[in-house]
Amino acid sequence: MTNPSLGTTPRLDRWITITADGTVLVRSGKVELGQGVLTALAQIVAEELDVDPSRIRMVPAATDISPDESYTAGSLSVQHSGGALRAVCAQARQLFLAEAAARLDVPSESLDVTDGDICAPDGRRTSLWELAGVVALDRDLAPGTDAKRPDDYRVVGRSLPRVDVPGKVAGRRRFIHDLRPDGMLFGRVLRPPSRGAVLTSVDEQAASRVPGVVAVVRDGSFLGVVTEREENALRAVAALRTGTVWKEADSLPDEHELPAFLLAAPTEETVLHDAGTTAGPAAGSVHARFSRPFLAHASIAPSCGLALWNGERLAVWSHSQGIHKLHASICRSQGLAPENVVVQHVEGAGCYGHNAADDAAYDAVLLARAVPGRTVQVVWTREDELGWAPLGPAMVVDIEADLDAGGRVQSWRHDVWSNGHAHRPGPPSAPLLAATHVEAAETAQPAGDPPLQNGGGSGRNAVPLYDLPGQVVRTHRLQTMPLRTSALRALGAHLNVFAIESVVDELAALAGADPVEYRLGLLGDERARAVLQAAAERAGWGSSAADVGSGVGLGVGLARYKNRGAYCAVVAEVEAETHVRVRRLTIAVDVGLVVNPDGVVNQIEGGALQALSWTTKERVRFDGRAVTSRTWEEYPILTFSEVPPVDVVLLDRPTDPALGAGEASIGPTAAAIGNALYVATGLRVRHLPLTPENVIAAMDP
Amino acid sequence: MTADQAVSLVVNGTAHEVVCDPDTPLLYVLRNDLGLLGAKFGCGLGLCGACNVLVDGHPVHSCDTPVWSVAGKSVTTVEGLGNEGRPHRLQETFIDEQALQCGYCTSGMLVTAAALLEREPDVDEAGVRRALDGNLCRCGAHNRIVRAVLCARTCRS
Repeated sequence: MTNPSLGTTPRLDRWITITADGTVLVRSGKVELGQGVLTALAQIVAEELDVDPSRIRMVPAATDISPDESYTAGSLSVQHSGGALRAVCAQARQLFLAEAAARLDVPSESLDVTDGDICAPDGRRTSLWELAGVVALDRDLAPGTDAKRPDDYRVVGRSLPRVDVPGKVAGRRRFIHDLRPDGMLFGRVLRPPSRGAVLTSVDEQAASRVPGVVAVVRDGSFLGVVTEREENALRAVAALRTGTVWKEADSLPDEHELPAFLLAAPTEETVLHDAGTTAGPAAGSVHARFSRPFLAHASIAPSCGLALWNGERLAVWSHSQGIHKLHASICRSQGLAPENVVVQHVEGAGCYGHNAADDAAYDAVLLARAVPGRTVQVVWTREDELGWAPLGPAMVVDIEADLDAGGRVQSWRHDVWSNGHAHRPGPPSAPLLAATHVEAAETAQPAGDPPLQNGGGSGRNAVPLYDLPGQVVRTHRLQTMPLRTSALRALGAHLNVFAIESVVDELAALAGADPVEYRLGLLGDERARAVLQAAAERAGWGSSAADVGSGVGLGVGLARYKNRGAYCAVVAEVEAETHVRVRRLTIAVDVGLVVNPDGVVNQIEGGALQALSWTTKERVRFDGRAVTSRTWEEYPILTFSEVPPVDVVLLDRPTDPALGAGEASIGPTAAAIGNALYVATGLRVRHLPLTPENVIAAMDP
Repeated sequence: MTADQAVSLVVNGTAHEVVCDPDTPLLYVLRNDLGLLGAKFGCGLGLCGACNVLVDGHPVHSCDTPVWSVAGKSVTTVEGLGNEGRPHRLQETFIDEQALQCGYCTSGMLVTAAALLEREPDVDEAGVRRALDGNLCRCGAHNRIVRAVLCARTCRS
């Protein structure tokens, strides 16, 4: 498979610079989202160049210097950027060795490299650093250079401590929120009170009377303030709010009837898979319908952006997942030439998909244009973050499995109803939030879905991993979008895996089979079998029949992320008395080659706990006009006392390609919890979250 | 809103005087007037713990603590828990356990945990979890954080 990152940026010196002072500058287009990717990429570079990892400097990504590697998303960074850097560094090393061999007059194969020192058999030496000014890397990657064999790895495969942790625990490392360039002003935006609200009048004087107000900006229904002090920005927004009049109308569906809304809305149908068999009449069937509500990203930091306009050129700082796409979007909306805009990535708090980072950057742009020569920082409020950032779509999944007289599945139908899971900035149909509020408003089209060959959106992981005959899998993507939806970690895989694994569990019960054994009977893929068996063994999965309704139960969930990424199996132990309590999670994962074992474990663990939070607690609340769950009290997430022990087993497969770890545990964790809840209670709770209300509702379906 | 006044406070052992509206949240004074950017803004309502600092040894939410209320008191931020040469024990164990993913909540966790260990040197795991329930983490680093706090405790003796 060709590497898309190398396809876009084949030139070696766009990726790395080996310096005379003994460091290696690395420019990846992938960015740190809290997932530790910079450490993993540095390990890959250090490995291929044979230098100590401490010499690697990961250069922050910016649109004018970094390769365009599209979004940092989809658990693809180690594959794409890591794969590109591996190839680039292998070739750079070969070029340096060829130069050293010529100078030392020995065959290149006889040279030994240790931490950049290049040594001939007779002890004469040079180094990468000595040759830095001599060996030119201003050339495209040529085919034919082999990277190291995994057997020879010394840096890759080790749990190197992350490069960013010491600065973060000292409170020294700077997040985007911590940037304080000289003369910086504080900007805040007053969002409309509801979706579609139109500003009919505003008294800007009220805000102007707050001390230190530098500008009050109004453009259509977009309102913002710029002040010298941060606290005054908040006061100015409050003052501005009291003087606004809006025209509002109901536009949102009934939050208590979300599945009905999704099923009734106009949709575009896509057949993802059609095995097209018409088996004989069924002897029986299992039919089940599942749903999840809208979910919030709920990062601990609200989104932030900075911008500086000098009358001609625009500099933007953002924690966007895709700075090049954001760049294109800003240029289009502002009518600026690409060469006059630079977007620099700066780390934000944890990013779990398309959040409001890009929107906050554009807010800063709109405010900065009112105060040329001074940088404006916009930080969203918590209320706006939970109320206006893109949401993970609500979904319905409907599965019907027909059985033959022997109880075997003869056909399997899986239908998904959902808003699209892709509304990232870039295409004209997905404008930045403020661009939909200004006078010359851009219109957002309903979110789309990536095609299945790119992992799919609503249909991600909707095709079962199991050998089931007669599969038909379809998505029904909504053609209306009352609440803006976009990519949230794992996209549709969260509910699709929950649903598939729930029905497979039911089939196992009908067959009187153990859930693990039943799955093994349907699994030809050796790697899927291996993670399932490893998780079951580690969790002490008993041979004794599960005691359904005993109040405590074990459940299992399994998936291969995107059907071609990492394999992950989860066993959950759940106790259900007054509420659903997960007592422990045992996880086995196969991500192919492991670059940093502790980094993978951290991602798998983190994904599992986030999925546990979504699955048991979370639901975006709204009335007819606006999202109402806008604080941590109204949108509670998992707390320390609710977090169970998580035990992760890594199945290392060093000769298989690295597959990415960020999203693999989401679906299987949700599924394992649902299946364990069934054992604990005897109830199939199919509507998320698994709150006491939804458990009680499942008693009387 | 009231007129600007001079407010005296002691932060990390150093006396400061800032001139601002005395209702200004302590968080903004720390970050914007004193350049101490370790405490973070998370929610502005005292519900997430990202802004936690110690006031006379007790964790408080600096985002909804007006600066006038800490006049004359001793404030400790994450920057003051240890120093370059001598980090706080918790800062070491957080590195040992790689007890974070994004790290945005980390300074609030460290400050809250430091107060906990002062108060209850022999706190058990359930006690650590209870003490940190007001500090939210979205990345799922909870168990690592708990291990780091327990290890800092054990290693005290």
